[in-house]
Amino acid sequence: MDEIILEDALVELLRRSVIELPEDVIWKINKALEAETNDVSKVQLKTILDNIALAKEMGRPMCQDTGIHIFFVKMPYDFDMRLEGIVQKAVSRATESVPLRPNAVDPITRANSGNNVGEHMPFVSYTFHDDDYLEVTAFPKGAGSENMAALAMLTPSQGIRGIKEFILETVLNAGGKPCPPTIVGVGIGGSCDLAMRLAKRSLLRPLDEPNPDPDLDAMENELETALNELGIGPMGLGGRTTVLGVRILRAACHTASLPVAINLQCWAARRATLRAYNDGRIEYI
Amino acid sequence: MKKLELPLSDHDVRSLHIGESVFLTGRIFTARDEAHIHLLNMKDEDIPVDLDGSAVFHCGPIMRKEGGQWMVVAAGPTTSYRMSKLEPEFIERFGVRAIIGKGGMSQVTIDAMKDLGCVYLALTGGAAVIAARGIEKVNGVHLPELGMAEAIWDLQVRDFGPLSVAIDAHGNSLYEEIGQRVKSKLPFIKGKLGID
Repeated sequence: MDEIILEDALVELLRRSVIELPEDVIWKINKALEAETNDVSKVQLKTILDNIALAKEMGRPMCQDTGIHIFFVKMPYDFDMRLEGIVQKAVSRATESVPLRPNAVDPITRANSGNNVGEHMPFVSYTFHDDDYLEVTAFPKGAGSENMAALAMLTPSQGIRGIKEFILETVLNAGGKPCPPTIVGVGIGGSCDLAMRLAKRSLLRPLDEPNPDPDLDAMENELETALNELGIGPMGLGGRTTVLGVRILRAACHTASLPVAINLQCWAARRATLRAYNDGRIEYI
Repeated sequence: MKKLELPLSDHDVRSLHIGESVFLTGRIFTARDEAHIHLLNMKDEDIPVDLDGSAVFHCGPIMRKEGGQWMVVAAGPTTSYRMSKLEPEFIERFGVRAIIGKGGMSQVTIDAMKDLGCVYLALTGGAAVIAARGIEKVNGVHLPELGMAEAIWDLQVRDFGPLSVAIDAHGNSLYEEIGQRVKSKLPFIKGKLGID
């Protein structure tokens, strides 16, 4: 595969990711509007849906916070291109062409690079797979919801009760700040960093797909119902839908620890995926 | 639904109550953390904008220059809490009558709004294209050296909204009300989750 073809495709993927929301997210927001009875909340959900439609129609980013740029990559074991450089070039080009807001700054000096590229940014998570194509998911993440992320290193004795308490407390404290209705990404187990990685990765599963693990699926549904009874509502202005879903992934952990990480996702749950084949064919899925 | 013209008077502002829907027409100005800090540090004679009776929009927009003229690509609200510490002084010194943002502001700002006659209008977070649609023209930019997101953009708007009155000039906050209701539901929810 040609590097330029891939770079062009990634620019296009970034454009799609900030302009068009996945169908499952739109479906769930529509469901929230149907269930809503409060006038102020209805205005919020209606405005969100109008905004989604208008962004697509006009080909503009749905939110001015086009995020920091995170990519999830699955690649063949023998993949031999320098993907990092290609991704950086694509992000820089998309910043100009879409346009994306230049958000990447030095954490100490706060100097803005102007092109969304900086140290370790864009951030790429790599995994391998047995298929012969490269799969890339663009996952731009805004600061409003990312700033509400939380990690707890619970003691094993706190168990499932402690996990639920921590999730409830995190959603409660976040209130209207992460632009609800949110998706609650949860990583349970692993190490502190693995738990947070799982929390973020859990947000990739579409809202109409159940958790393949029946125990976790039941926990997701239980939490979704309970969190929505809080009444924080769209934008924290009250209402029936505070979360669009709860997503949980888990990993084995040390016998002496119980890490729980939470990564909230605003309603603008942007993700777009492409597959790039050896013959240069690009498929947007 | 109310339609109001900027600049706003004390009377305009005091006629509003939480939960009402408002659309604004006139000039509004974006200001985030850096713009607040810079203006508050300036001497009166150096202040580049007249904010008397105006609406300040907590927003870091995506802008684009086309044919020598700035245009707004996307302009949703940013989280207002970050400006909470600076806002009372900002409202008092510059005579701001409305703050447009998301997520609400702290008690000191709620108190200042009551004393000084100012309202907080919630704009749906992330609804950046709907917001941009209400902006007719970019009148200019101040402090451009702060960067696209932090600069002060002088915007001409028509029927900008829908905005929800979330903090009024009578000391009421919709966020506060919702917060109380949420608190009262907690024991029941904890019971349901088996963690009471």
